[in-house]
Amino acid sequence: MTRHLLSIDDLSTADIEQIFTTAAEMHDVQQREVKKLPALRGRTVINLFFEDSTRTRSSFEIAGKWLSADVINLSAKGSSASKGESLRDTVLTVTAMGVDGLVVRHGASGAAEQISRWIDVPVINAGDGTHEHPTQALLDGYTLTRKLGSLEGKHVAIVGDLTHSRVFRSNIKCLAKLGATVTAVAPPTLMPAGVGDWSRTAGFATSYDLDAVLPEADAVMMLRVQRERMSGGFFPTAREYTVGYGLTRDRLAVLKPGTPILHPGPMNRGLEISADAADAIDSVVLDQVSAGVAVRMSVLYHLLAGEETK
Amino acid sequence: MTASILIKGATLPDGTTTDVLVQDGTVTELGTLATKAERTIEADGLRLLPGLVDLHTHLREPGREDAETVLTGSRAAAVGGYTAVLAMANTSPVTDTAEAAERVLDLGRAAGLVDVQPVGAVTKGLAGEELAELGLMARSRAKVRVFSDDGRCVHDPRVMRRALEYVKAFGGVVSQHSQDPSLAGPTACCHEGELSGQLGLPGWPGVAEEIIVARDVMLARHTSSRVHVAHVSTAGSVEVVRWAKAQGIDVTAEVTPHHLLLTTDLLTGYDPTFKVNPPLRPDEDVQALRAALADGTIDAVATDHAPHARHDKEHAFVDAAFGMLGLETALPVVTTVMVENGLLDWAGVARVMSASPARIAGLDGAHGRPIAVGEPANLTLVDPAAKVVVDRAASVSLSRNNPWHDHLLTGRVVATLLRGTPTVLEGALA
Repeated sequence: MTRHLLSIDDLSTADIEQIFTTAAEMHDVQQREVKKLPALRGRTVINLFFEDSTRTRSSFEIAGKWLSADVINLSAKGSSASKGESLRDTVLTVTAMGVDGLVVRHGASGAAEQISRWIDVPVINAGDGTHEHPTQALLDGYTLTRKLGSLEGKHVAIVGDLTHSRVFRSNIKCLAKLGATVTAVAPPTLMPAGVGDWSRTAGFATSYDLDAVLPEADAVMMLRVQRERMSGGFFPTAREYTVGYGLTRDRLAVLKPGTPILHPGPMNRGLEISADAADAIDSVVLDQVSAGVAVRMSVLYHLLAGEETK
Repeated sequence: MTASILIKGATLPDGTTTDVLVQDGTVTELGTLATKAERTIEADGLRLLPGLVDLHTHLREPGREDAETVLTGSRAAAVGGYTAVLAMANTSPVTDTAEAAERVLDLGRAAGLVDVQPVGAVTKGLAGEELAELGLMARSRAKVRVFSDDGRCVHDPRVMRRALEYVKAFGGVVSQHSQDPSLAGPTACCHEGELSGQLGLPGWPGVAEEIIVARDVMLARHTSSRVHVAHVSTAGSVEVVRWAKAQGIDVTAEVTPHHLLLTTDLLTGYDPTFKVNPPLRPDEDVQALRAALADGTIDAVATDHAPHARHDKEHAFVDAAFGMLGLETALPVVTTVMVENGLLDWAGVARVMSASPARIAGLDGAHGRPIAVGEPANLTLVDPAAKVVVDRAASVSLSRNNPWHDHLLTGRVVATLLRGTPTVLEGALA
């Protein structure tokens, strides 16, 4: 398996399946009264977060602790550039304390990859700017696999602010490796630059018309739309966005029965997802959260358990 | 009085082979010469060019002497075959007064390796609002003729119009960094296209350059003034410049060596060495730029040599500094891209790297001259067949942000003479 997890590109389909198999075992552990496994006893994992995060940081923290690692959360919020320290210096300082693995969240695309070139411990990307969030895609894929069985030939609609979404970029790759087909749905202003060429080479479809896509979908993944995007002129009003691209109560009715509804959170209820959809019987939003811990336990285990203790 | 130098058996840009005698800073004899000189340079198989002129250099002094100084930048220029460089105004403080311009001029003279000609800012502090003291800079000892807010675009059309009008009084030219800030804002850090979409990097679309180039040529026409387009990077800009020249509009344009060879796909690994403004573009643009340089639509090659301290490049990609080194590698890149591919002959190289930039900058009394008796001996001797693997550690620049590291390039500067005095011999500082 890969030394770092920076992108879904680092994983083969077999790697992903192995991560899922281990995650299922971890998932069972979560149901036990005593949840701790000794796999990473004596190892130190630092959650180095340059950007605010509650759920991802907590999920990694719990995952590390249940594997008996010592988990330290370090918030390095604010660009290191503005503090006068280079990113490299910040990272070398942290790793010099003696760590066995670094979980990195950064507001800049590519930061985790750059960091991995400067240090010699495994780096797990917990979200880099608008680039990738590989463990999110893995937990989404894991959640879908548990609901739908094999994803081979299944059709997943990913809807929302695609251009600013690292969840989208990781899911496009992960779902392709799992054999699913994807239709990416957004207004033209929220499609990534050059998506036409990209979708042709990567083999996903794009659409501006959510209503045409939903009846064919085997799963629907709604992405968060930040309200501040309106000031960037990406769309005129929240109301107009919801009418065009929100998973409203009316649109729930056109879904095939049993179609899982995913959202990576945090949800903007009433904007991209209605309360009816968020709380629907087919909503798997909370399953995603619990799967997140299992998948991150699995990733930590595969990347760190074989490593020599520093 | 400088020592006399005999250059034996050099091939001139036009292909003729001759000995060249240099005395007291001037070319004094050509032909097959039996004359003895105090120094003889064997130039069998080598090309002798007029000394190169760079329209676009960042020397970082004053303000960032940890990245480059006028002295170290002059060294890099000499090693690169340059005898004159235009030092951009975006230093700290900005070159926006006569005193600041004279200071840069004097630092250049003290270094004594190339003629350092200051570029003046168009607007005070590069803020894009009020004109800097263009006339006082023009009247100063520095005789500033090229004005640029480079690094920033003179975005307000009213300010650009006034600048173009005003510099007509003293034969000045505005060198524009064409970047519409509302289409390519402060976080835009790479070419906007398929790759930026995949990498999740904020993009800088070609159109943000093209609409400013289009606007400026119309303003140049309206004001009957002269505009120079710095570092053209897209096929669309080339089309606009070609159209404007056909209309008789007084526009000139430059291209950097890196935009002639490097493409945006180098950003795949998020290495800030390749972060530059304007950004590296796709291959279609690169091909259009080469063709435009070959057919004269683009007048000059200019390095945009932009040294940076190592720590300013060791940030996340979007936070890292823009720019790359260029002075020492410009001639080998042009040889590799343009000469080896049959797009330019050596007369063409002399045109785009010496004569045209000297003319654009108003330095053509002393630089970019033909190699003839009575002309100033600003000369560059090149081994056109040498193959060199670039090693960033070997640079004489203070900085190491060298995108050409490990590239195999053809062409090597063997010697550089500034007014008859060798600044470089055997490929190293004399």
